[in-house]
Amino acid sequence: MNFIGENLLPGQLGHFCAVLSFAASLVAMIAFFKSAKGAGDADAWKRLGRIAFITEVVAVLMVIGTILYLLIAHEYEYYYAWNHSSNEMQARFLVAAFWESSEGSFLLWTFWNAVLGLILMKTAGKWEAPVLTVISFAQFCLASMVLGIYFFDAKLGSNPFILLRDFEVDAPIFKQANYMSMAFMQDGRGLNPLLQNYWMVIHPPVLFLGFSATIVPFAYAVAALWKKQYTEWTKVVLPWASFAAAVLGLGIMMGAAWAYESLSFGGFWAWDPVENAILVPWIVMVCGIHTLLAYRSTGHSLRITFAFFILSFLLILYSTFLTRSGILGDTSVHSFTDLGMNTQLLIFLLVFVVPSLGLFIARYKFVPAEKREEAVSSREFWMFVGALLLFLSALYITSITSIPVYNKVFGQKVAPPEDNLYAYNKVMILVVIVIAALTAITQYLKYKQTSSAYFWKKMGVPAIIALVAGGLILYFGHFDYYKYGIGYLIAIYLALFCSIYSVVANAAYIWIGLKGKMKAAGASVAHVGFGILLMGVFISTTKKKVISENTSGISVPGIVDAKGKPENPFENLTLVKGLDFKMGDYRVTYVGDSAGGAKDAKQYYRLHFTKGEPNSQTLKEDFSIYPDAFVNVKEQSGGEGIIANPDYKRYLDKDVFVYLTSLPNKASTEDTSTFREHSLKPGDTLFYSTGLMVFNHVVSGTDGRTDIMAGAGDSVFTADITVHAKDSTMYKARPTLVVQRGRALEFPDTVMSQSLVLKFSGATKKGLSLKVKESNAIMDYVTIKSYIFPYINLVWLGTLVMVAGFLMSVVARVRRG
Amino acid sequence: MKKIHIILLIAIAISIGALISLTGNLSSYDNIASARNKPGKFVHIIARLDKTKPIVYDALKDPNFLSFYAVDSLGNQTQVVYHNPKPADLETSERVVLQGEMQGNVFNCKDILLKCPSKYKDEKSQVDKSLKAKI
Repeated sequence: MNFIGENLLPGQLGHFCAVLSFAASLVAMIAFFKSAKGAGDADAWKRLGRIAFITEVVAVLMVIGTILYLLIAHEYEYYYAWNHSSNEMQARFLVAAFWESSEGSFLLWTFWNAVLGLILMKTAGKWEAPVLTVISFAQFCLASMVLGIYFFDAKLGSNPFILLRDFEVDAPIFKQANYMSMAFMQDGRGLNPLLQNYWMVIHPPVLFLGFSATIVPFAYAVAALWKKQYTEWTKVVLPWASFAAAVLGLGIMMGAAWAYESLSFGGFWAWDPVENAILVPWIVMVCGIHTLLAYRSTGHSLRITFAFFILSFLLILYSTFLTRSGILGDTSVHSFTDLGMNTQLLIFLLVFVVPSLGLFIARYKFVPAEKREEAVSSREFWMFVGALLLFLSALYITSITSIPVYNKVFGQKVAPPEDNLYAYNKVMILVVIVIAALTAITQYLKYKQTSSAYFWKKMGVPAIIALVAGGLILYFGHFDYYKYGIGYLIAIYLALFCSIYSVVANAAYIWIGLKGKMKAAGASVAHVGFGILLMGVFISTTKKKVISENTSGISVPGIVDAKGKPENPFENLTLVKGLDFKMGDYRVTYVGDSAGGAKDAKQYYRLHFTKGEPNSQTLKEDFSIYPDAFVNVKEQSGGEGIIANPDYKRYLDKDVFVYLTSLPNKASTEDTSTFREHSLKPGDTLFYSTGLMVFNHVVSGTDGRTDIMAGAGDSVFTADITVHAKDSTMYKARPTLVVQRGRALEFPDTVMSQSLVLKFSGATKKGLSLKVKESNAIMDYVTIKSYIFPYINLVWLGTLVMVAGFLMSVVARVRRG
Repeated sequence: MKKIHIILLIAIAISIGALISLTGNLSSYDNIASARNKPGKFVHIIARLDKTKPIVYDALKDPNFLSFYAVDSLGNQTQVVYHNPKPADLETSERVVLQGEMQGNVFNCKDILLKCPSKYKDEKSQVDKSLKAKI
């Protein structure tokens, strides 16, 4: 059949280029392999390898360009464009649509490998052939992921250029030649609302550059073992390893910032399997950098350096397997789904694991090792201890993250522990205490041997500064986090102190040890950043405070569940439009909502925060926070759900952080009712549409209400009212009147389930005046969760400083040549 | 014995200690019947929402109370109470992982992990559904 209106050329071109990149990377691998073997015509093979690799790079660029074209031109006959983009999409999200899917993210990874491969071709010199053999092999494997070709009965990869009608081959609609002109083909599904965020534009490229960068130390390590040149590579690999740690670390923390800023997890780190899977290779890379430095200065720890660099990349592949195989579906909130490529993913993992570890084991005893023992007063000894401890912590994280894998392999039904965060935290906090202390102390040790006179002389000043600073912070910080008992609190104190010590000692070392030579200070700066990051982590998480505790007085008898633990107050608060609620030190009013404007499907909810006396000129603070949500995301959630993004007010020393957890159905919230005034005497009864209320009496004072702000000289009266609803539930209502320097301030009370708002407005000649508003609709409201995160900015600052430190040492090492 | 051996022994001891302390805390995947047999014990249940039974959630009455019914693959059913707002995609979810404990006839849920269409956008069945909806 001839279909009308399809544009098939780009798809054919793109698919051709995908196949070409697959073939070219195979040729490149073989050619570089032959060249590395050192056959007589090694140079000819190398030239062929280069040509093939460049061909592969061009083909990959063509594939990526073609997909971007399909997305930009809205070529919805292609499944990729239809499934990931839409007409309404903002331009910056078109690139995000490119890497929303598994295929796109593989291509992003391939792209960075290509870039790094080209750089290595220029700079690696005699290592070019063996290193590019490894990289070409990786490119070959990655190219197979987007191939979508059947080999016998096995499907290899998934083709991003498949047509929608081929993907949905059973749908009868595609039997019609003019299907392209039908309404359903005029727009695509668009980007998942959860991902419509600028982080989705910048986080994946950085993270995948980090993924790619880990292959360089791996390739050098494999090349060195293969070519039996065990020592020379250690010099050139150092800047590459620092670069990988810098970019991967930045990518991970960008993910953390994304989670914090726009996903409603209530924090920046949740030990989610997907987060862990990528943290572990980073930790192992950092281990490798430290043992490599020890080797470069002393000759110790070379074997373990090989192991760390090889494992770091293998763990990247393992994380790829975990996140893309769908195996984490029951334990992670964000991983790719099973796309039927699990066998291929497993093979991808194994074709790297088996040869590289096999080679390592076979050559292990040939790798030179220092016979002499390290002295306890030497720097390399403690670097080794630190690296080993970090590596163990990485193993611990992996062992919990891999629970779904054991279940699969051994048919078990083991689930993560009840308090998943604590299972990680209680171990990692001990690791951090030691590591932070080591980063501080080890800087003041010399390689090989340190005299105790030197050590104490240099150490003294920073140690005293740290003791004073740490003592002050811990004393005035009020870290009273008793959730896990006194032992854990002591661990927090120690960890926080060691982090402070790490910052002080490493900053001081730049002057004491390096005489202020900033060029050589990369390591110190990275350690300072790491220390600041840890300080931010401990302060913000132990002093994180929920301020949206449910104190609104809507305790309805029989509804509040007795099973809920009393010591764990409920954390969601419903704010009725136009009424102000007390939340922490603030009074908060939900003012209203507004649409985001063209091409922005989000709805913004204005929450007005004030601090200080109400209705006076002397408010200490007055600001608004706009948490937003995608409402009526028809396709994804059947028209009812919301996908909420937080908003926050950023102070230098804390964030006030709010996100929506529930919204009413918009259609039923138009409230046109007004207050009606009634004059009553104590004991009088007043009817409303679904029940009656009894005006019991008026008391002086707030009658137990905690949300009233009254000064010492103010007169406060509270009306005690009992509401009897038709369904025979009873509610207490206590509207309050405050007379403040001759002005009357009304503090209404609400009985939300009855849609009642009551105001007590004093006494007239006719009696006591009660204003009643009976809403004729379900009240408009938002339910929110709100936190205060103190010193969260230290986390971001620490990350930036740490990355800067890594990059400083990259530059320093490259310059030194 | 060399120092490195002592360190390695200590490292192995620490690791074993950490892992043992972990295994003591591990939970398990259960079905509703087996969860009933161990009331008060923290378990994970894989189930789905029973769409024939009402979902109770009224943010105005109590934003921290959600009640619904879940059925597991063996057909057993239980009421679930969750002290948090209703997850946005509950109604359209195909599968829920409930983490919590049985208390009497009620499953007191501490955390819910949903298998949602939005998360599984690339799955063939989701694409099919979405295509049908558009046509």
